[in-house]
Amino acid sequence: MAKPKVATTSLAGCFGCHMSVLDIDDRILKLIELVQFDKSPIDDIKKFTGRCAIGLIEGGCCNEENVRVLQDFRAHCDILISVGDCATMGGIPALRNMVPLQECYEEAYLKGPTVHNPARQIPNDPELPLLLDKVYPCDEVVKIDYHLPGCPPSADTIWEALVALLTDKPVQLPYELVKYD
Amino acid sequence: MSATIEFTIDGKEIKGQPGQTILEAAQQAGVYIPRLCYMKGLTPWGSCRVCTVLINGRPQAACTQPIAPGMVVESSTDKVNALRRNIIDMLFVEGNHFCMFCEKSGSCELQALAYRLGIAAPKYPFMFPKRELDMSHPDVFIDHNRCIQCARCVRASRDVDGKHVFDFADRGAHRRIAVNAEAFLKDTDLAVTDKAAEACPVGAIVKKRTGYAVPFGQRLYDKKPIGSEIEAGVKS
Repeated sequence: MAKPKVATTSLAGCFGCHMSVLDIDDRILKLIELVQFDKSPIDDIKKFTGRCAIGLIEGGCCNEENVRVLQDFRAHCDILISVGDCATMGGIPALRNMVPLQECYEEAYLKGPTVHNPARQIPNDPELPLLLDKVYPCDEVVKIDYHLPGCPPSADTIWEALVALLTDKPVQLPYELVKYD
Repeated sequence: MSATIEFTIDGKEIKGQPGQTILEAAQQAGVYIPRLCYMKGLTPWGSCRVCTVLINGRPQAACTQPIAPGMVVESSTDKVNALRRNIIDMLFVEGNHFCMFCEKSGSCELQALAYRLGIAAPKYPFMFPKRELDMSHPDVFIDHNRCIQCARCVRASRDVDGKHVFDFADRGAHRRIAVNAEAFLKDTDLAVTDKAAEACPVGAIVKKRTGYAVPFGQRLYDKKPIGSEIEAGVKS
């Protein structure tokens, strides 16, 4: 039987959760025996090659591209897991949610103390994904099957959850492994 | 007065003294009932409803309800814990609780209750309200983003410190903790040694220069759930 596929992505995140995946150390050899990586920054595959068993989502949705990628993951993955506080609750990027979008732009490109922008232009190239009005946790955009909170979730948390899912066991993590920080 | 009152919590026989609340009698018997606005030494307030139990099938706050002979109390059941999870979920989405950089993380009672009740992420949409910071006082700050309006600071200042530094202002969704001064905490007579400065269950009222002192893994609720010490029979 072919190995189940796992896909990962980082939306509005810092790649810290992906670092935490790598932090499983030599267990990554065991992981490679268990799964094959599909679309993921880990192997740099850009497009889904087929149906995946598990999708790991780091980061919430701050722009329209994030939403498209997340919807693509939902369409291709049997189980979707939001990994980390940004994916589960918005996280650090969601700090802008208390400020209207226009004010965010003005602070970043016009008024900020270190801004040098003589043309007084706010970037508006069609190539750039438009920002959403605020940053959304993943489960406010698509259905999410499991949440692994943490900033980042520890390598053990990610490992235990993946192994449980891949071996058809219930995901029941010990108390020390579910933390919000 | 020496008569004992017998009742049950989740089928367990509990013996309490007249005048005790359900929460106190349970605690004495090593049964932990989750709570947030309750704090030992303060007048019970009954506002957070996290300590809700079913008494003969009716919901009541265990921190204010006196014990009575023969009452049948349900506390740690799926039904009651589901109610408690809803309350904790709502508290998380109604404020701005960024655990990842909060000084109180690891020792926060709101966070610890979410851990204990098995909440991986709140199920309601986040509201991200705009709330204020008051950094004016030299030794203590207020971060309204994290306030859950348990009134522990209000009661501690009024009843223990005898100062009445804090109270509520506005109503409904706009209700917030206010200070007894024109605008800022620095203009009150709050001292860093006051009970009110350490009564906050979350990171809303925090002593300055004390954050992040305890490393990960050694904080209050890193290894064991909140309430473990009560269940282990340690008298507080």
